[in-house]
Amino acid sequence: MNNSAEPMVIEAGKAERNYWRDLWRYRELLGFLAWRDIKVRYKQATLGISWALLQPIVTTAIFTVIFGKLAGMPDGGVPYPVLVLSGLMAWQLFAAALSGSSASLVSNANLISKVYFPRLLVPMSSIAVALIDFCIVFVLFVAVAAWHGIYPSWNWLLLPLFIFLTLMSAMGAGLWLTALTVRYRDFKFIVPFLLQVGVFISPVGFRTDFYPSWEPLLNLNPLTSIIGGFRWSLLNGAQAIDPSSLFQGVIVITILNITGLWYFRRTEREFADII
Amino acid sequence: MNSIEVHNIGKRYTIGHQAKRDTLRETLSSGLGSLWQRLRGSEFVKEDFWALQDISFSVQPGEVVGVVGRNGAGKSTLLKVLSRITEPTTGSITLRGRVASLLEVGTGFHPELSGRENIFLNGAILGMSRWEIRKKFDEIVAFAEVNRFLDTPVKRYSSGMYVRLAFSVAAHLDPEILIVDEVLAVGDARFQKKCLGKMKSVSKSEGRTVLFVSHQLQSVRSLCPKSILLTGGRLETMGPTDQVLKIYEGESEAGDAQTRVIKNILPGLQLSSAKCSIEPSAASAEGFHDFLYEIAGCIDKPQNKYGFALHISTNDGIAVCHMGPRLLRHFIGGQSGPFVTSFRIAAMNRHLAGGRYELEAIVTDQTGASARSTNQSLVFDLPEADPYAADFRFSKALHGLVPLPVSIENRFQ
Repeated sequence: MNNSAEPMVIEAGKAERNYWRDLWRYRELLGFLAWRDIKVRYKQATLGISWALLQPIVTTAIFTVIFGKLAGMPDGGVPYPVLVLSGLMAWQLFAAALSGSSASLVSNANLISKVYFPRLLVPMSSIAVALIDFCIVFVLFVAVAAWHGIYPSWNWLLLPLFIFLTLMSAMGAGLWLTALTVRYRDFKFIVPFLLQVGVFISPVGFRTDFYPSWEPLLNLNPLTSIIGGFRWSLLNGAQAIDPSSLFQGVIVITILNITGLWYFRRTEREFADII
Repeated sequence: MNSIEVHNIGKRYTIGHQAKRDTLRETLSSGLGSLWQRLRGSEFVKEDFWALQDISFSVQPGEVVGVVGRNGAGKSTLLKVLSRITEPTTGSITLRGRVASLLEVGTGFHPELSGRENIFLNGAILGMSRWEIRKKFDEIVAFAEVNRFLDTPVKRYSSGMYVRLAFSVAAHLDPEILIVDEVLAVGDARFQKKCLGKMKSVSKSEGRTVLFVSHQLQSVRSLCPKSILLTGGRLETMGPTDQVLKIYEGESEAGDAQTRVIKNILPGLQLSSAKCSIEPSAASAEGFHDFLYEIAGCIDKPQNKYGFALHISTNDGIAVCHMGPRLLRHFIGGQSGPFVTSFRIAAMNRHLAGGRYELEAIVTDQTGASARSTNQSLVFDLPEADPYAADFRFSKALHGLVPLPVSIENRFQ
């Protein structure tokens, strides 16, 4: 990709120099890697895309029964399935992006040990893949919400911001996890466990704004404010947005991304040797 | 202006440490302090191994340079460093022009995707833009001869088709510098020729620089006017291919018996010598000879077990047999002290043509998993025999490598 006449210098400890420029040069590869994963995803699966719908439908039904009916959690006047699905959308986007990105380097080991390109593209592309399933579930949500009499409003315009925050939190954690997995395969086992626990400690099946005493603790989890944001936006303000919680979330996400990027870049030069 | 300038390149690997502490638990049990150290990337060194040391050379634009050397001489590491897959530990490299490296055929091919899709994917991975791939798409397909199967998933391709498609994408990359590793070992002879021809024309007519690694000295000879010889991670010589190959081939003078002293490469095991010899088989009119390979050493602890592999190749690098201890079902251990392990192949030239061969001494641990080459090659000359009792010596040059047991029958009807 080096079309310029200027020579490229590789020096011990200085691979960094051209990194950001390379990242830009290889931007098309980002698209190709994501496109590959999407293409391969539902090959030879007869039900194809319906798989992306099945999981949220079943989970929404179960959570509605458990949290709404059995536990009797407050819904603040919002139909419970809509409440659950709006949170679940955010959660599933996060979960898919996180599990994809944290496994991404190891599952592309053959590429990493044979070809040069900025490794950062690998986790980034798997995050892009998570967006596809999200779009499908989004259509499902619009249908379910309309069925319950909730229609798009101006609030929805802010949804991309919350989607972006979701992806960034998955990216921050994913950078850490995928780089760590290259060296310690233990993290392969940690991620599914994290996600299993996370769906319960994040306010997916319930809403938090009725439990103010718990909020400081819940706000440490950036997903709390993100799900809050999703609900504010999609439920047309039926759940108020909490600016301080959102602010805390943004700080946590920023820290995760900065440290994650630092650790990733630090270990990146060894990937090909130890993967 | 040189198109490649390599200055004092060295690459150090730390061996042992990955096998020692592969899981977090093991790291944790060795103390949180060291975990912190490892997370910071400053792990303590177990054993350093320099895969490359003090390599300096330069290549002019349009030159085609072969890289030769025995297994473990550092050829692949050199290419990996040049293609930026791994970073050098010391030194610097200057590359002028776009670099494409082809260390493996079909890197990034996805078996589920069709040929068409893989051309785009592989092209992008090798560094082509979408626009470039589209422009060259027809050429790539024509060169690979896979028109009819463009929309078939490549997992259903024959291995020949797969290789043709993969090479074809890489061959149309149009880099100023092309780095190629052994990729021609696959594919049939006709396609190999076609690829060599393509590489030749690329370098001649378009002034591209090619760095070519191969064990097939024939291809190096026909393709590269100039060569580099690596020995034990160091650059031994660089010059006209004929001269370099002469040095390479004559590097270890063959004799009846060859003994080498071997440095210690696995913990708890000292090897004092590896030796191979040829002796006439008893009572054989056909001129059969036995092959004997002896390894002597000392084991420190009775609980340790080791295995030895039998790696024999022809002198131009074709694998004759690469058998590990698990396949051979032989390990040594259970006792400490000095030992001699001997391999015997009775009447070896009944099964293999006479000629010059190389044996690489390889040691493994008890799992057979972590094989360490001693970087020692033992060269031996196997006499030609007359396995068919035809008053005719079976020769590698005339008849091939393997005197297969043939039975022939005539039937008139």
